[in-house]
Amino acid sequence: MLWLAIFLAAAISLLIKAAGPALLGERELPAWSRGVIALLAPALLAGLVVVDLFGPHWSVLSWQMVGGLAVVIVVRQFAKAPMLVAVLAGMAATALLRLVS
Amino acid sequence: MNDRKRNDRTITSSRDRFFEGVRIGTGLAAASFVLAITFGALTRSQGWGVLAPIICSLVVFSGSAQFALATALGGGGGAGPAVIAAGLINGRYLPMGLAVAPSLRGNRFRRAIEGQAVVDGSWAAAHLGNGRFDRELLIGSTLVQWPAWVLGTAVGVFVAPSPAVVHTYGLDLAFPAFFLVLLLDELPSARKGWAAAGIGATVAAGLVAVLPAGLALIGATVGSLIGLGDRVPGRSDPADAPGRTEEA
Repeated sequence: MLWLAIFLAAAISLLIKAAGPALLGERELPAWSRGVIALLAPALLAGLVVVDLFGPHWSVLSWQMVGGLAVVIVVRQFAKAPMLVAVLAGMAATALLRLVS
Repeated sequence: MNDRKRNDRTITSSRDRFFEGVRIGTGLAAASFVLAITFGALTRSQGWGVLAPIICSLVVFSGSAQFALATALGGGGGAGPAVIAAGLINGRYLPMGLAVAPSLRGNRFRRAIEGQAVVDGSWAAAHLGNGRFDRELLIGSTLVQWPAWVLGTAVGVFVAPSPAVVHTYGLDLAFPAFFLVLLLDELPSARKGWAAAGIGATVAAGLVAVLPAGLALIGATVGSLIGLGDRVPGRSDPADAPGRTEEA
């Protein structure tokens, strides 16, 4: 059952990713839909941040993680640090806040 | 990405853009590596053995879908619900694949293969603004994340760090932090970007309180609907020639 589930999940994932490029080909999306596609990235990224931060049934959310993300914003936006540095700073801040709390 | 970087991309070679993707993907790969360790450790503790978690990461290559698969199988629901849960979570790749399709190359089969490079971080990093994508950056970014994901799973299977270690060192912040950086880079390039992100975050926060994470992510995409009917130039638009500054 485990192997069946793994390979079915892989097949479905492959088909979903293939569907858009294979069906649409070189054609462009209709003009009315391009505004939606342009905003898909910020909407989905914000969703990913929140879902990772809150966790299922809000079981993961902690003020130390919020503090870590605040550090990420400061280091990235104001100190203009590279992506990996900003993330490591956020992780270090979260670890430190957990240590002292 | 700011506008200066976006303009730079239009004048650099395919090779440069590919390696720019590798550079961005390396940061994402580090986060993938950490998350994959937790996947390997989790599935090992659930009795998957050594080989199954590693093969799963190799062929599924989707953290959210794999965690859903493991959670559903661990809950005793059987293969059917587990596969459906993983499929629903990966449902977001359908609109993402549609969005990236015009930027890919070749016949339908080749485009379908290139479409496999669509993963969350790479897709967002390759977004040039106005719904257009950098194909080389997308592929370069994903190619470096795939082995990191598989390797991290193997490390997790064999080393199996405790949840306490992940918590103590703040490793659980890796993914939200990376997605936050990508969001910060994305916002200046999209008109109404803040509003879309705000709606997406609010809807996702509400949904994840009662629904699985994958469904909450699909729900977050409603934020993009505020762009319905907006005038966004396409590739065939004469005013959208290469090198033109993107709208901020």
